Amino acid sequence: MQDLFHIGGKELTSRLLLGTGKYASNQMIPQIMEASGSQVVTVAMRRVDTDFEEENILNHIPGNCVLMPNTSGARNAQEAIRIARLARAAGCGDWVKIEVISDNRYLLPDNYETIKATEVLAAEGFQVFPYMSPDLMVAKELVKVGAAAVMPLGAPIGSNRGLKTKELVRILIEEIPLPIIVDAGIGRPSEAAEAMEMGAAAILVNTAVATARDPVIMARAFGMAVEAGRAAFLAGPGAARQYASASSPLTGFLRED
Amino acid sequence: MKILFNGKEILAEDGMTIAGLLEQRQLKPETVIVELNFQLVKKEKWSDTPLKENDSIEVLRFVGGG
Repeated sequence: MQDLFHIGGKELTSRLLLGTGKYASNQMIPQIMEASGSQVVTVAMRRVDTDFEEENILNHIPGNCVLMPNTSGARNAQEAIRIARLARAAGCGDWVKIEVISDNRYLLPDNYETIKATEVLAAEGFQVFPYMSPDLMVAKELVKVGAAAVMPLGAPIGSNRGLKTKELVRILIEEIPLPIIVDAGIGRPSEAAEAMEMGAAAILVNTAVATARDPVIMARAFGMAVEAGRAAFLAGPGAARQYASASSPLTGFLRED
Repeated sequence: MKILFNGKEILAEDGMTIAGLLEQRQLKPETVIVELNFQLVKKEKWSDTPLKENDSIEVLRFVGGG
């Protein structure tokens, strides 16, 4: 069965999106992409530090990947808009992940500024992927202003704590007509599978893969988990019940009673 | 002349171009993005874009991120 993922004007086969931060070596990225099957990667933009020569991450990203530059570092809508425009002008395509954060402890997104940035950028023809705290009214507003998807967090960024916002994400999946991509906090493949079984359209992970003892094997595990969760969602799990229900026939025993 | 380089005030020779500044700062042109007074400047223009007093230049690059 062909299950294509139509998103942001593209047609993808994988529902796993990967971040590129925190890798011990960026040389590892092509292997990570291949092992996971992921076709979308996020990147960030920063001022150069002339005391510390770095390489350009784009040199390590396979040419067939869709780039999703993020606006990390932005503290308000205006800064996010500026970063998004620069990334597009620099040749990154028209996808952008809006990330507006002014809270340094939990790195929770500023939903209000995120809506404002989404509205401006969607009107400029960007495919806007807003990272947000799961809230139904905010998600409805994001739909109204033209987001391509809604990306609620599962737990704080980089925490590897899993799908702590499960109930709120479930409501978004049920009520919002856009793809719901769980972004941030997912620490294990089982948690990614759980979100996919609930009907999430995709999962975005970074820290969980980058900080695993073996990131390449973990990337593969996430690819498989997302696929398994998606297949389970499409298959439609059977109902849960309180008491046992025999799986083998209860008649025709070798005794009379 | 004084210019703002990534938010910090620095002194640059009069008439220095974007390309010249990158070279002086030992930044490889193929790895960076340049914004001059809030406008992106394409690579092809770097060697014939001179900087002026009080210009604000931002030199950015793509890095790993989630």
